Amino acid sequence: MTDIQATDAASGAGGTAEDDAFRVIEARELCLTFETNDGPVHALSNVDLTVDRGEFVSFIGPSGCGKTTLLRVIADLEKATAGTISVNGMSPEEARRKRAYGYVFQAAALYPWRTIAGNVALPLEIMGLDKAERAERIARNLELVNLSGFERKFPWQLSGGMQQRASIARALAVEPDLLLMDEPFGALDEIVRDHLNEQLNQLWDRTNKTVIFVTHSIPEAVFLSTKIVVMSPRPGRVHDVIDCNLPRERTLDIRETPEFLEIAHRVRDGLRAGHAYDDE
Amino acid sequence: MSRSVPLTVLAGGIALLAGLAIQIISADAVWSPSYGLAAALLAGSYLLAIVWRHGAAAAFLLLATVHLAAIPLIGHIGHGEGEMGPAYWALLISGWLAAWTSVTRLTAAARAVPPSAKQAINLLIPFVFGVWLILIWEAVTRGAGVPQVLLPAPSAVWAKLIASLPILWADFVQTFMKAVIAGYVLGCGIGFGTAILVDRSPFLKRGLMPVGNMVSALPIIGVAPIMVMWFGFDWQSKAAVVVIMTFFPMLVNTLEGLSASSAMQRDLMRTYAASYSQTLLKLRLVEALPFIFNALKINSTLALIGAIVSEFFGTPIVGMGFRISTEVGRMNVDMVWAEIAVAALAGSAFYGSLVLIERTLTFWHPSNR
Repeated sequence: MTDIQATDAASGAGGTAEDDAFRVIEARELCLTFETNDGPVHALSNVDLTVDRGEFVSFIGPSGCGKTTLLRVIADLEKATAGTISVNGMSPEEARRKRAYGYVFQAAALYPWRTIAGNVALPLEIMGLDKAERAERIARNLELVNLSGFERKFPWQLSGGMQQRASIARALAVEPDLLLMDEPFGALDEIVRDHLNEQLNQLWDRTNKTVIFVTHSIPEAVFLSTKIVVMSPRPGRVHDVIDCNLPRERTLDIRETPEFLEIAHRVRDGLRAGHAYDDE
Repeated sequence: MSRSVPLTVLAGGIALLAGLAIQIISADAVWSPSYGLAAALLAGSYLLAIVWRHGAAAAFLLLATVHLAAIPLIGHIGHGEGEMGPAYWALLISGWLAAWTSVTRLTAAARAVPPSAKQAINLLIPFVFGVWLILIWEAVTRGAGVPQVLLPAPSAVWAKLIASLPILWADFVQTFMKAVIAGYVLGCGIGFGTAILVDRSPFLKRGLMPVGNMVSALPIIGVAPIMVMWFGFDWQSKAAVVVIMTFFPMLVNTLEGLSASSAMQRDLMRTYAASYSQTLLKLRLVEALPFIFNALKINSTLALIGAIVSEFFGTPIVGMGFRISTEVGRMNVDMVWAEIAVAALAGSAFYGSLVLIERTLTFWHPSNR
């Protein structure tokens, strides 16, 4: 075990009263079991997690480790079967009803019958915002993801990277303090992905939002995060929590530095230890 | 060079020569200047087909010559209705093969022209096909003297249609404008509304679907007389039959369409805390549109069939189904065909306008963009 302090930090969640003001996510002994025909599947088993305001937290792990499931529990798209979880001090359902977060899916999931501007307007229409407010937010958030000028295009006329950027603009338009991202760049090629990683880092740095980011790319996780949660499968659990104290503003060059490589190495070790028993 | 002469040209040329030979040898073959003119024009078009093979201009010239030949070809029948022999049939086959050749050439030429012209050619081809279907129908019925009761010539149907426009219009209003439209709107509307309710409530799904299934299996000839007893002789009973016929396809298709949206898209609406009706209006119904239009298209033909057939079971003395059943009894088959022509025209226009609306509303669907 390489990261005793980090593990301690994770299990020492709870903290004092003044910490709670900055606490966005607080999960204790969270379990989620799916009943299937082949018996129960333990997607999450005794997961403890804390995320503070302004952090960028990555969940990393092999397929089936429960990283997406954990994100979906936070978003109230799945219900935990045991344990407690709070989002902004509320239950996930209350947080969802108050539109406390923006969710970015693996695919852009844009509606093909709406233009790019129309897609960004979708959550705003549901929230019941007036037309002027909608127009203002659409312009601002498309600008933020460098999609100004594409308002009238339909999603299928854009590249995959641009579609995913539009879906990020759609999540940001809700103006949540918390952004949940489920492998948003998983389907994109490496060059586009690097570029979007840089843009996302700048976005996070500028807006000071809390981001929870699911990935299975080690460089991506290290490049973006302040904290990396290493997860392992069968049963899905948190194996290790690694702090990532690189400067807030990062460029892709940082990936060549010894500090970066050191953290990446620790993440890789953690991933390997997490399911070493699989190979034996 | 003969190896590169297409089979249609070869066969058509042989048919032309055979027809001319029979015309000269046989004493009882009907002769007229029209025959000579048709044969000369066809000979010209075959020469053209062999000498000038490529390009749109060649294809259009061939097309024009062939259709010019069709005029004396039909005109010749007037010189001996029902007395046409092998000499004429060989010429008819030759003419048909020449038309075939011209369409083949046109299709080949269409590859090399701009898209707008290509679209025009693509419309022209089925038109030429339809024209020759009617030409051959006309030539065979009149040339061989087919009894009117079996199959009237298209010209006879046309003459009847023009002569009885007021009757046909009254029948059209009674059957199409009243029974079909009312029944179609009601049936599709109720089917759609039921689908929304069934989608909302699992209880209704279990209770209503078997009943709906059963209703759709009811034979129309069993239902129609009952509807006449319930709703009277006029168009209302026919509309009721149409409602029964169109209800179920709409119900099933809409239900299927409502579950067409992906789990991710529904999750997205959930993260926005969207209400049931917001999800329904902004996502699920839009996603269901292709399915709903499918039902609308199926129902457009079902409705017409239902309204016409149910008029066989009691009706006031007007209506397309009524006219068909009585004129058949009086051996006025040309009137029956005139009604069929009206029904075909109305049905196609109905269907076609639905397709146009569908294209504008589902422009975003992968099959349309």
